Amino acid sequence: MTSFLLRRIGQSLVALFGVMTLVFFIQRLTGDPTYLLVPETATQEDIEAMRHALGLDRPLFIQYVDFFRDTLSLDFGKSFIQNVPVTTIIASRLPYTLELAAGALLVAVVIGVPLGLLLALAQKKFWTNGLMGIVLAAQSMPTFWSGILMILLFGVSLGWLPPSGSGSFAHLIMPSIALGLLSMATYARIMRSSVLDELSKDYIRSARARGVKTRRLVIRHLLRNSAIPVISITALEISQLLAGAVIVETVFAWPGLGLLTVQSVVSRDFVVVQGVVLLGALVTIAMNFLADILYSFVDPRIRLDGTGR
Amino acid sequence: MTGALKSLRTVFFPADGKGIPVGVFVMIVAFMVLVAALAPLLAPVDPNTQNLMGRLKPPGTLARGTLFVLGSDELGRDLLSRLMYGARVSLSVAFLSVLLSGVVGTVLGMAAGYKRGWVETVIMRIVDIFLSIPAILLAIITVAVLGPGFINVILVLALTRWPRYARVAYGQTLSVANMPYVRLSTAMGAGWVRILALHIFPNIIAALSVVATLEFGLMVLFEAGLSFLGLGVQPPTASWGAMLSVGRNYVSNAWWIATFPGICLFLLVLSVNLIGDRLSDYLNPKSR
Repeated sequence: MTSFLLRRIGQSLVALFGVMTLVFFIQRLTGDPTYLLVPETATQEDIEAMRHALGLDRPLFIQYVDFFRDTLSLDFGKSFIQNVPVTTIIASRLPYTLELAAGALLVAVVIGVPLGLLLALAQKKFWTNGLMGIVLAAQSMPTFWSGILMILLFGVSLGWLPPSGSGSFAHLIMPSIALGLLSMATYARIMRSSVLDELSKDYIRSARARGVKTRRLVIRHLLRNSAIPVISITALEISQLLAGAVIVETVFAWPGLGLLTVQSVVSRDFVVVQGVVLLGALVTIAMNFLADILYSFVDPRIRLDGTGR
Repeated sequence: MTGALKSLRTVFFPADGKGIPVGVFVMIVAFMVLVAALAPLLAPVDPNTQNLMGRLKPPGTLARGTLFVLGSDELGRDLLSRLMYGARVSLSVAFLSVLLSGVVGTVLGMAAGYKRGWVETVIMRIVDIFLSIPAILLAIITVAVLGPGFINVILVLALTRWPRYARVAYGQTLSVANMPYVRLSTAMGAGWVRILALHIFPNIIAALSVVATLEFGLMVLFEAGLSFLGLGVQPPTASWGAMLSVGRNYVSNAWWIATFPGICLFLLVLSVNLIGDRLSDYLNPKSR
């Protein structure tokens, strides 16, 4: 276990190093990032002054090393528009995104898991095709469209919920559903195949032969064993939800990190975009790591094949 | 030949009668491709002609000599014509980005799986790195640097998605590379390019085509998402994502602007996903 852990930590660090290098080079794709940072009306002197202030007139390698040092000490630079450290801006928006992601995860798990169980247990009924269709539809629904449809129906026509913005629990409901729908489909599918997998195993058959009641069988045996894949995908789903928030937050004008990213792209506040991307990558790497650890913890056979997944 | 035709028929119209036959979804996609290709002939009016007297007209309105079958948008442009032209953007961006990322990812994945050693280490670590950044964030940061636009969106999507193909091509190549016939042709002195192209590629194309189909649906969503955020194809070019974004602003008084592009997107993505699922079931029956 220790060697597996160490190797996996090493892999995560390599990925982190690579992500930072990638972000650094994407920033240089068009050459000099000064042009991304100055307003469009800037004169040549402004550009030179900016370049010097940012240290962009130094050798590339020195900049690369500095970028690493700053990022590792969680210094993502200063927003050019607001003149505030990016870390401060992110910290002020993060709670909203976390709230939204938690709401979406709740929607996904509370609907998805029972739905998957139901689909597996009642395999060949006429209505399971319909339910499976709903799951598939949820997977193909662009979040920005389902969001707009909900605004149209519940926000405008029925007037039950506030169409956008934040501030109360009611504001959180529609964005959470829009964001959680895709994950809900994932949970339902994984739960379904996991339960089907368990159902075909010998211990279920022998328990049935011993006369164990179906309800007890499901609660005591089936749920516990089929929960394993469901728990370990949760770590992966969390990073998915955080990324998906970019679009959902724009639809509902929810003031989290996603809306911040889009606003920063539009106002050409590149340092902020870079900060959010680095944070997103960090979360993804951490969650992948967690998923692997969880997986190997519940199923020790995984560790043997080295990579974990 | 008849054998191939027959198996094609079982893919698209399975005899087990489970739900809607996939052939229906193939036809939906084919229909959209046809409409996109013939958009200049089919569209009732020019998609960019503004008609400020005919702004925000509901479906079926006749305004100043133009019949707005599906209504008009905030500049009085005909929604049906814009939908037809929007299909061109969605389909061509998705097709070209799948092609580009598929070719790059497949070549790199096969090289990693066949050459092994440092080539494998370098390529697969790079794949890991790319997969560590949430795809939408990677796309946004790259568009932010490159600037939006048709070509850039394709480049960005290809840059974001090639690792997917590389992973599959790599895994598949590993399992094929040790087959006796591959080892034999190595022994006979065949170069690695020849082996990859003639012996390995034909054996992994099936798995890759499933990935490409599912990725196609995802690329349609990504393009629409970027356009929705204003980072995709730029106005006045019609794009379903951008139309939805406008529709969001007029959601309280012009429901049709967001509704129709949404339906098109949903139908296209759903159809492609179902075709991909069926293809995957057909190609590896064990996964069922």
